[in-house]
Amino acid sequence: MKPAAESPAAEPIVDPDLTVGGVTEAVAGVVFAPPRPRLWLAGFAAGLVLVLGLLTAISWLLVRGIGIWGVNVPIAWGFAIVNFVWWIGIGHAGTFISAILFLLHQSWRTSINRFTEAMTLFAVACAGLYPLLHLGRPVYFYWLLPYPDTMGLWPQFRSPLVWDVFAVSTYASVSLLFWYVGLLPDLATMRDRAASPWARRGYGLLSLGWRGDGRHWAHYQKLYVILAGLATPLVVSVHSIVGLDFAVAILPGWHSTIFPPYFVGGAIFSGFAMVLTLVIPLRAVFGLKGFITARHLELMAMVLLATGSVVAYGYFSEFFTAWWSGDEYERFVTANRALGPYAVCFWTMLTCNVLVPQLFWSRRMRRSIPVLFGAAILINVGMWLERFVIVITSLHRDYLPSSWGMYIPTFWDWTTFVGTIGLFLALLFLFVRLLPAIAMAEMRGLVFRKGRTP
Amino acid sequence: MKTPYGLMASFASPRAFALAVRRAGEAGYTRCETYLPFSLEGSAEPQPDAPSPIPKAMAIGGILSGLFAFGLQEYAAHDYPLNVGGRPLNSWPSFVPITFELTVLGAALCGLLTFFWVAGFPRLDHPVFNDPRFIRASKDRFFLCIRSDDPQYAANATLRFLSELGAESVAEVPR
Repeated sequence: MKPAAESPAAEPIVDPDLTVGGVTEAVAGVVFAPPRPRLWLAGFAAGLVLVLGLLTAISWLLVRGIGIWGVNVPIAWGFAIVNFVWWIGIGHAGTFISAILFLLHQSWRTSINRFTEAMTLFAVACAGLYPLLHLGRPVYFYWLLPYPDTMGLWPQFRSPLVWDVFAVSTYASVSLLFWYVGLLPDLATMRDRAASPWARRGYGLLSLGWRGDGRHWAHYQKLYVILAGLATPLVVSVHSIVGLDFAVAILPGWHSTIFPPYFVGGAIFSGFAMVLTLVIPLRAVFGLKGFITARHLELMAMVLLATGSVVAYGYFSEFFTAWWSGDEYERFVTANRALGPYAVCFWTMLTCNVLVPQLFWSRRMRRSIPVLFGAAILINVGMWLERFVIVITSLHRDYLPSSWGMYIPTFWDWTTFVGTIGLFLALLFLFVRLLPAIAMAEMRGLVFRKGRTP
Repeated sequence: MKTPYGLMASFASPRAFALAVRRAGEAGYTRCETYLPFSLEGSAEPQPDAPSPIPKAMAIGGILSGLFAFGLQEYAAHDYPLNVGGRPLNSWPSFVPITFELTVLGAALCGLLTFFWVAGFPRLDHPVFNDPRFIRASKDRFFLCIRSDDPQYAANATLRFLSELGAESVAEVPR
């Protein structure tokens, strides 16, 4: 048995010297007197440049159609679907942290839930762009929705692709609503602390006149708990449905019952990797190390190890099923993934998603910031490649060799992808500059319960 | 002179505040308001409040929205029948995902609107904002306000009562 002092559980979750008032000073201070404004400006400008690229790519797409992308039969689902699944998966960590860990009373989530919920919203915004653009004629997006049209037509409600429309739009709406409800008390704090009258009016309008009334708090807590309870099955349903988009198709490499749970595990895995990628620079630049401590990073590394194991099990199950099924085409798809023209992607994916998380068995690795940051980046890459492998390698070898093809992403594919990364970053930079990046009201409660405030 | 909105005491310590709220309830004050920078369970109100209507509203909103979603899909399946290899039109298992999604959406929206309704939001102005101390209600101060329409309210006695509870300061809240 290890002595208690060495066990990680004895470590405080937040800096024990924090006070209830100090929380507000530190968190609101990031907005009203931002440290290192040049660094922020450089990052925001870089994001905006990439957004310009995205706008150019979208404009050219609207002029010329999706022929400017590398997609063609047999690979009709190219980067658009790869990136859609990648982005939506990243969003899932935010909901996992804000809803599931809240219901499980994991108080360490309080330091990161606001920021990761914002990450969810922006990731879903980036994800949502892709299917719309992939429609080819985005003006007709409303054909996906049920409405009384003159031809008496309806969407095909038995198709997972239509389920996806409802799942993603519900997910985006409920995430936004949950985030806004969580923000209400903090917007009131910002209103009370803003020096300029315009900022005061802006935050005041958004806070809807929140004044911290005890009765309001009671209703608010009820609403927040139930929203968390609703968001929990929602987040599982969304990526399950994304998994069903593939699994329902009778295509070797896609037609697999493991897909929904394996997609959910992968989504949380990639999302936590993205949270680490963003939070490590954030806490350093904005002086939030007292809130987001080494303990938080360590716990997130443990989540990476756990969800990484789910993903590894998913891979293993796919290989095993392909072999055990005895189906010629299933076996071919698996062999082709490992040995075919996209073998580099496959092996890089396995290295990043299966080998890299094994580092986190070691406590020293979980507590080393450079290792964590490097591993998080590799996992982001690995999870992107996973979606690439699933989408592209299953499609590019059809049943008949005469219908085989290759998918080579074009300049516009890359510009759109990098552009959404820019959009994501620009939105995050705006968020940390305009809204409190840590849930102050919840943090005050945590400091009061755990700290030494009288 | 207009009667003030009430008398408001400010507390720095959550424990002193919780004690004061309990005392106010014991002393028979019924029209009290509390203001807290974070949710402090069990000390929000001197008198227990009616249970929140939010859970019920969310359940009703969710169920209605789910029924609507399922009904819409069933209607569409029969309004434009598609014969796929003789499979039944009432293919209810494939209607479950959208029914679930819209149940969640309906419940969440209904919960938010009910919260706005019970809290009276948006309400940008309120007499307590007239108190210059109140700016710290969203930071690190706890406030107990006894309204002037409380049957027990008597300017001097209530002021004395609040001062003896360990408040940092007690002041009238103008209307």
